[in-house]
Amino acid sequence: MNTTPAVRLTGVTKYFGQVRAVDGIDLTIQPGEVVAFLGPNGAGKTTTVDMLLGLSRPTGGDVEVFGGEARRAVALGRVAAVMQTGGLLKDFTIRETVEFTASLFRPARPVDEVLQRAGIADIGDRLVGKASGGQQQRLRFAMALLSDPDLLVLDEPTTGMDVQGRRDFWSAIRDDARRGRTTLFATHYLEEADAYADRVVLMRHGRIVADGTAAEIKAMAAGRSVRVTWPDADTAALAALPGIDAIDIRGDSVIVHASDSDSVARYLLNQTPARDLEVTSRNLEDAFVALTGDADQTEGVLA
Amino acid sequence: MSNDLSTIETPRTIPPLGGFSGRILGLELRRLGRNKRAVIFTLILPSVFFLLFGTDSSYKTESAGHGNVTAWVMVSMAVYGAMIATTSGGAMVATERALGWSRQLRLTPLHPVAYIAVKTLVAMTMGLAAIAVVFVVGQFFGAELPLWRVLLCGLVGWATSLVFAAFGLFMGYLLPSENVMQILGPSLAVLSFAGGLFLPLSEMSHVFATIAKFTPAYGVGVLSRAPLGGDESVLLAVLNVVVWGGLFIAGAAWRMSRDTHRV
Repeated sequence: MNTTPAVRLTGVTKYFGQVRAVDGIDLTIQPGEVVAFLGPNGAGKTTTVDMLLGLSRPTGGDVEVFGGEARRAVALGRVAAVMQTGGLLKDFTIRETVEFTASLFRPARPVDEVLQRAGIADIGDRLVGKASGGQQQRLRFAMALLSDPDLLVLDEPTTGMDVQGRRDFWSAIRDDARRGRTTLFATHYLEEADAYADRVVLMRHGRIVADGTAAEIKAMAAGRSVRVTWPDADTAALAALPGIDAIDIRGDSVIVHASDSDSVARYLLNQTPARDLEVTSRNLEDAFVALTGDADQTEGVLA
Repeated sequence: MSNDLSTIETPRTIPPLGGFSGRILGLELRRLGRNKRAVIFTLILPSVFFLLFGTDSSYKTESAGHGNVTAWVMVSMAVYGAMIATTSGGAMVATERALGWSRQLRLTPLHPVAYIAVKTLVAMTMGLAAIAVVFVVGQFFGAELPLWRVLLCGLVGWATSLVFAAFGLFMGYLLPSENVMQILGPSLAVLSFAGGLFLPLSEMSHVFATIAKFTPAYGVGVLSRAPLGGDESVLLAVLNVVVWGGLFIAGAAWRMSRDTHRV
């Protein structure tokens, strides 16, 4: 029905003087996808988000949002964003801030509705300057909901929220995503990317270093671990198998790290007395560190 | 063209007038009323100065043009109040930039020119209130001047204080600080003295009186007091207002266009 991608970046670069903040990225996001943007500080995430929102222009390449200019998509309310810090006036009340923004969008959702959905309907009369960090973050979320955007961009959206706030927030995001809203979020909470994104895009040094489901990325970075109970294990035979990264012996337990965990498991169960087999993937945090760390600095420099 | 669910219901459009509306103006004015510092400096302080400097009993009997000296001081202090009010109204952009609100607004259809129009109108509304308060106080404390002349003084003072709204905007873009009025407040006091609002040029030494004519508060002061009658050159004052107004508007427009490109 709809083949126009929500976002299409083609060969996008952004230089600040000599610094290459974004060093040639291609990224297409289809409508309805929930994409997590991960990367260490300085990876180029925020610079990329700024270009998507029309807040800055790329040095080279092409940024398209719903097939057109980012700035226009923003003005029409097709794209909305929750930015990480700032952006609020202390001497407006929460409700006035939303009313101000609502007056600009055609059409706009009712103010009461977005306050309700962001969970701040009861504190509408509070001055923004007197609201907590979490409440201010909910206010930014309420403002982003006003235009009922087709694409919602979130930069560290749950910073400052308590556990309950974070849970409410993600449940609201999931509800909308199910109804077809495209969502792109940058986050440091790796478990949020793992739990809520259909797709994880990892950035480092201004480039995309990995792009896939959370499970694919974990496997890509670190393979899986196979643990078995096997007293007096024949580690030499094990080490001869293809694709073995490491073997740990811990008492009667043997832990094998391998890129092809299936063949290791098959071997262990069929050809050795090993039992109690468990296969675990490393968590996303390990993958994140492995893929974005500076351990293989040379590759980054050459790239 | 894309044709997904949300665009079927109501077509998305960009608001008329770049987003400028009475609703936004109303919200901005309400916000301003919460700013105690602004209220004290624009609505209370000029009247206090008027009562301190203008209500000496000899001033009430001494004539100045078509009124008395008290009326002269009243108009001058009203202009001083309007200067503070319009400058701080314009300088609100500094605070809003520092807080990141300008950046937030760039995620809406609000056009930069509509934003500046709102800031200017808020500044001018504040300026009008500042003048009105001093004039009302003046009526109760011995200022003598026919009402139509009072109103004319106020109207001219209000219109010419646009120069300082432009000054505030220019400074607001130049100094990205949350407390920009802490810098501008003292500067305005100096400009007011230099421009002859607190002391007539005739009381100054020749050198200072000459310098005064080149400072931005001079033209606004002379023109505002013109309906009261005086011996200062209206033509020179008009020239002063036009030149300073032109400079500040050009400066504000220049900084604003740079700002829009950068953020």
